[in-house]
Amino acid sequence: MSSKKEVCLSGTGVTKVFGFGSKKTVAVNNIDFQFHSGELVSIVGESGSGKTTLIKMLLGLTSVTNGDIFFMGEKRDISSHRKKKEYWKGIQAIFQDPFSSYNIFSKIDSVLLDCIHMRGGRRLPREKKLKMMREACSFVNLKFDEMTNKYPFELSGGQMQRLMIARIFLLKPKILLADEPTSMIDACSRATILDMLLKLRDEINMMIIFITHDMGLAYYVSDTVYIMEKGKFVEHGNADEVVLAPKADYTKKLLSDVPKIHEPWDFRKSGKS
Amino acid sequence: MRNQFRQLIRSGKFMTGFIIFNALVLLTIFYPIFNPGNPLAMIGFDSFIPPGTYFSLYDSVNPNIHVYTLRIPGADEARIQSLLPMDEREAMGEWLIREGVPKEQINIEDFTGLLELWFAHYNPDIRIDGMTIADRRFYQRLNAKVEGIFDIVDIHLYTYNNETEEYEFQAAISSEDYIRLRDVVNIVRLPLGTDNFGMDMMRKLVSAIGTSLLIGLIAGSIATVIGLILGLVAGYVGGIIDEIIMFFSNLFTVIPGFVLLILISYSIGQAGRSVTVIGIVIGLTAWVWTTRSVRSQVLSLRHRDHVSLSKLSGHSMPRIIIKDILPYIASYVVMAFILQISTAILAEAGLSMLGLGPRTTDVATLGLMMNWAMVYSAHLTGAWWAYYPVLLVIALISFSLNLMNTGLDQVFNPQLRN
Ligand SMILES: Nc1ncnc2c1ncn2[C@@H]1O[C@H](COP(=O)(O)OP(=O)(O)OP(=O)(O)O)[C@@H](O)[C@H]1O
Ligand SMILES: [Mg+2]
Repeated sequence: MSSKKEVCLSGTGVTKVFGFGSKKTVAVNNIDFQFHSGELVSIVGESGSGKTTLIKMLLGLTSVTNGDIFFMGEKRDISSHRKKKEYWKGIQAIFQDPFSSYNIFSKIDSVLLDCIHMRGGRRLPREKKLKMMREACSFVNLKFDEMTNKYPFELSGGQMQRLMIARIFLLKPKILLADEPTSMIDACSRATILDMLLKLRDEINMMIIFITHDMGLAYYVSDTVYIMEKGKFVEHGNADEVVLAPKADYTKKLLSDVPKIHEPWDFRKSGKS
Repeated sequence: MRNQFRQLIRSGKFMTGFIIFNALVLLTIFYPIFNPGNPLAMIGFDSFIPPGTYFSLYDSVNPNIHVYTLRIPGADEARIQSLLPMDEREAMGEWLIREGVPKEQINIEDFTGLLELWFAHYNPDIRIDGMTIADRRFYQRLNAKVEGIFDIVDIHLYTYNNETEEYEFQAAISSEDYIRLRDVVNIVRLPLGTDNFGMDMMRKLVSAIGTSLLIGLIAGSIATVIGLILGLVAGYVGGIIDEIIMFFSNLFTVIPGFVLLILISYSIGQAGRSVTVIGIVIGLTAWVWTTRSVRSQVLSLRHRDHVSLSKLSGHSMPRIIIKDILPYIASYVVMAFILQISTAILAEAGLSMLGLGPRTTDVATLGLMMNWAMVYSAHLTGAWWAYYPVLLVIALISFSLNLMNTGLDQVFNPQLRN
């Protein structure tokens, strides 16, 4: 089904090398990929396999050592600040650690306001901005009036990550890169966060690249799964194909770590509890 | 932030340093107000006048000053004792030992006992082996003095009449006459004596603290601003710019800063070395350390998620540096600034000790005071007041600033706290 849709993000021979000489680390090693609009792609791999590095490259936050990245069919050009800003209107991210995602010296309102400004709403009247922020907060089940004028450290990890989703709600990008957005928060809020991400995806029809090291989770949320081992994609394909008929040894190993893969995973239920 | 302020106020180290430092600052502000006068005025014709209160001898015999008669028990004894100074008592003891008096019996602290022994044993005609004629004469004179020491007579004052060319009797001062010190018109208090130039050390010291703090402030600000900007740019922008900045900072690390300072100061020449110039020169040679530490802080910050997020929100580089990096290193920069002040003050002191500090004729600085005390060998002549207070002040400034720094460090880098 994914082959029918247009390719919105792809790469050929993408490589990232850190350091040189004896300290050389090949974090991402010559990978090719094609992500289609509207689909939910999971990238699964162990810690240190290069997932975050790949995300940073896709975002244009770190340079690409080798290879090309194509965005909406064209070779990505982020050579100037203006072009980067334009690029980031279409591609956004949620990071692994909500606690380090916020500037601890700024009130959280500024995070949401920045999004409105980014979408060209700098001149909007104050009431309109407030209304947008209130709407975004209620989308992720936060009360804006309880959030406003607070500093990040006054929020829980789950609240912080939900606010990050509210940010995406305001930005409405075409592509969202979610780098293990649930790994640093407790199991209970984890389901809620996932729930909201999926709801947001339906709402604004964006493509999600979901990073995780949990095969089970990847299986239940995604259309396509990419398996990453030591900087390489060792296997990719339809979620059912990869999970139910794995070809690579690494995939099998990952699968064996998941206890009850064939029982339905009820994150939706636990989200409501 | 507010919480950290509260912690700072409760931090003993920070507050001790803060109080000492501010006491010094307040001293430089208020001492000149209550004791106005030029700190570089040469009031003394002798060098190294010891600390104390001085009153004009001439004014004290003013006929308008009321003379009180006070009969104070022990006054005569005290006077007699003061007439026989310690070195003369030692000489007496020496004579007695040579004469054969057992050493244990002689105690030069015990004035009456010593005199008793002296009167019992001294004989001007005895020849003692190894004693020169000069020595004998000395002991004869000393004996005459000791014998006359109990004759307390009035002192008579005469004034010289120019017309008649004769001395005219004015007054007799008895040993029980007292005047009130307040009635003497000219009294000078020299809490720290004078230096080799005869300048009031206290006034000079206070003015020198001010100058040194000013130099510290100028140099510290310059070094911190340059270091901060270069460190931020090198750390955040990276690449070739980072390499250029690091090249220069390595260059400055290899050449010791103090040597550089000496060379620059020397080449400026005596005429150009004002307080501001010296402050600027010290600042210009001291930025390296701040640059390096700010750079390393920025390097660890620039890949943090909140910086990435700020980029993704479309913020420009200057804004990210100011809003997302600077606040995180602000406490660090304050600490670096405090240390820079402290090192700059020490650098000035070192420079002035070598005679390469600010011009002597314009200002007093702590280093210059040390320099002159050394040149006039105050440490050899026993004029402790010419250098100990200066050393103490330098130590206090550096101690208080470092204490503040440690306090700040404990509050802002809590992992050090146990
Ligand atoms: N800035 C960097 N400098 C040098 N090496 C780096 C840097 N960032 C990442 N690496 C290295 O690249 C490799 C991949 O790191 P990456 O953070 O992408 O892993 P990850 O898959 O996201 O792991 P995790 O699941 O723990 O987040 C690691 O070996 C890491 O040490
Ligand atoms: Mg990661």
